[in-house]
Amino acid sequence: MATKEIIRLENIRRNFIVGNETVHALRGVSFTINAGEFVTIMGTSGSGKSTLLNILGCLDTPTSGEYYLDGIPVRSMGKNERSVLRNRKIGFVFQSYNLLPKTTAIENVELPLMYNSAIPARKRYELASRALDAVGLAERKNHKSNQMSGGQQQRVAIARALVNDPVIILADEATGNLDTRTSFEILVLFQELHARGRTIIFVTHNPELSAYSSRNIVLRDGKIISDTPNDNPASAQEMLKKLPVESD
Amino acid sequence: MNLTNLTKIALKALNNNKLRCFLTMLGIIIGVASVITMLAIGQGSKRSIREQIAEMGSNMIMIHPGNMERGGVRQDASSMQTLKLNDYQDILDNTEYVSACSPSVSSSGQFIYGANNYPSTIYGVTEDYLEIRKFSVEEGSMFTPQDVLTSAKVCLVGQTIIDNLFPNGENPIGKVIRFNKIPLKIVGTLTPKGYNSMGMDQDDMVLAPYTTVQKRVLAITYLQGIFCSALTEELTPQAIDEITQILRKNHKIKEGEEDDFEIRSQEEMSSMMSSTTDMMTILLACIAGISLLVGGIGIMNIMYVSVTERTREIGLRMSIGARGIDILAQFLIEAVLISVTGGIIGVLLGVGASMVVNLVFNWPVYIQAYSVILSFFVCTITGIFFGWYPARKAANLDPIEAIRYE
Ligand SMILES: Nc1ncnc2c1ncn2[C@@H]1O[C@H](COP(=O)(O)OP(=O)(O)OP(=O)(O)O)[C@@H](O)[C@H]1O
Ligand SMILES: [Mg+2]
Repeated sequence: MATKEIIRLENIRRNFIVGNETVHALRGVSFTINAGEFVTIMGTSGSGKSTLLNILGCLDTPTSGEYYLDGIPVRSMGKNERSVLRNRKIGFVFQSYNLLPKTTAIENVELPLMYNSAIPARKRYELASRALDAVGLAERKNHKSNQMSGGQQQRVAIARALVNDPVIILADEATGNLDTRTSFEILVLFQELHARGRTIIFVTHNPELSAYSSRNIVLRDGKIISDTPNDNPASAQEMLKKLPVESD
Repeated sequence: MNLTNLTKIALKALNNNKLRCFLTMLGIIIGVASVITMLAIGQGSKRSIREQIAEMGSNMIMIHPGNMERGGVRQDASSMQTLKLNDYQDILDNTEYVSACSPSVSSSGQFIYGANNYPSTIYGVTEDYLEIRKFSVEEGSMFTPQDVLTSAKVCLVGQTIIDNLFPNGENPIGKVIRFNKIPLKIVGTLTPKGYNSMGMDQDDMVLAPYTTVQKRVLAITYLQGIFCSALTEELTPQAIDEITQILRKNHKIKEGEEDDFEIRSQEEMSSMMSSTTDMMTILLACIAGISLLVGGIGIMNIMYVSVTERTREIGLRMSIGARGIDILAQFLIEAVLISVTGGIIGVLLGVGASMVVNLVFNWPVYIQAYSVILSFFVCTITGIFFGWYPARKAANLDPIEAIRYE
């Protein structure tokens, strides 16, 4: 696998002004991620994981510091350029799912493709159903978002992030609401994507999951406190086989 | 940008809020329907007035003596004797824009046939009078120039006269009726025309050669009036100019002195009438236009609420790759869909309402294609105009702030 640098953060700071106070969510974060890495990011609640992920996903701009994506400073990109980039290159799983209300699973998953005029309607439906199949929701395609459980909604959100076959996948607590078995199923999916060369950044609270990634970054109070590569990630597939089959 | 997809997205969003969507549309529907109906009523009455004027001869010019002072005393027009036969002759011979001309003298009195009698008016004219007033002969024939020369005792009668003097349905042609003891042979009947726009019975008249009325009835040599036709309605002012010049010369009126005659034309009247109806139409259309405006503000209001309410949705769309312009287009399409659908329903309703007005109240209505196209166009513009600001607001949202919006 080519070890091309895809993400470079240089001394990223992000301050929020709340009333008279300034909240320092990120206080100088620097790292580089190569194409094809599977990075888990951990840290206590409020340590700045979501803030970091938003910046990586070109949704938010840092207060100071530079972010180079594929060698291009994101700061120099226009709003529209960033939108197109998010649409074609990035898959984002939100911590709070953010599905469209009153909308079926398949329509939710189709949504990113609606903003890509290169993909015709038939192909769009096909890709969306395939993504839903992959997250194990083949039977729930036409259920509306409010008719699904939290875990199911989370899986729709994952399917939506995968549907455009992104280069980078950013997942914020993608397995946070899932039972162990489903979590591992999702993890298998991510490992497969990783094996196919996708770059994955996976925010989680669960320290066990770091064993399945190729690198683990720990944040505390907006700073990196550890950054450890894992040369020998465990296989989620094997772990899944060992798990007892639960009956619902 | 993919318009089909954006339209699908917009339709879906509207579908999620059907009732609200319909209520918003209602403003537009009422606005458009009232514009169409008001214009239809305005145009309808204008056309019916025009038609009636055309029926009376829209190029007709009437000349009467008038406006004359003698020794500071204003004279009664009917007693003035300024219009002479040579005035008529000169108009007939020396004008370019006058196509027909007839002198006019009239007298009112009792017409008698057998035991029946009926009060009416006898008009002394020439054959041209038929053309000028757009009359036609139903049965028999018009009197001839020879009859005019010889002051023949012949006449044509209108339907009202026939109904009253020949109540048993006899054929009036060839019968002799009496007017002031003068026997007049009926040589023809006039095609019934009914009442005119002023409520006058146009069939209540008898026509005879003007010489007959002058000599045998009134015993006068002057004319009470002259009726002319301009070549066309549009050439009426030119014809009036020519006639004025001839009459001023004949009557030896010096420059700066007032005319001793009065010229009135149907064209003058019709343009006066149509400017009144035009004003009425404009007024009605303005009122209706205001309701369209109110409808537009309704759209703006709802779009505004909708943008605020759907802030999270907008944030999500942006975060998965919708550009500002996609969001702008989506909201504009929503606004235009509301206004155009409202417009279509409004047009149908307006056309329906116009027909009801026509059938129930018997008012003349006329729906012009332009009023339909115009209201439709205004609708779309209204949608874009009032949708623009809220859509712009949506497009300018920051994705991360929008998605965190509670
Ligand atoms: N939009 C904002 N306005 C103000 N403060 C913010 C905003 N977003 C984040 N913060 C603050 O920044 C800090 C980091 O927040 P962040 O959401 O990144 O934490 P996190 O690591 O994702 O936590 P969790 O594990 O609970 O999701 C927090 O103190 C939070 O209050
Ligand atoms: Mg978080």
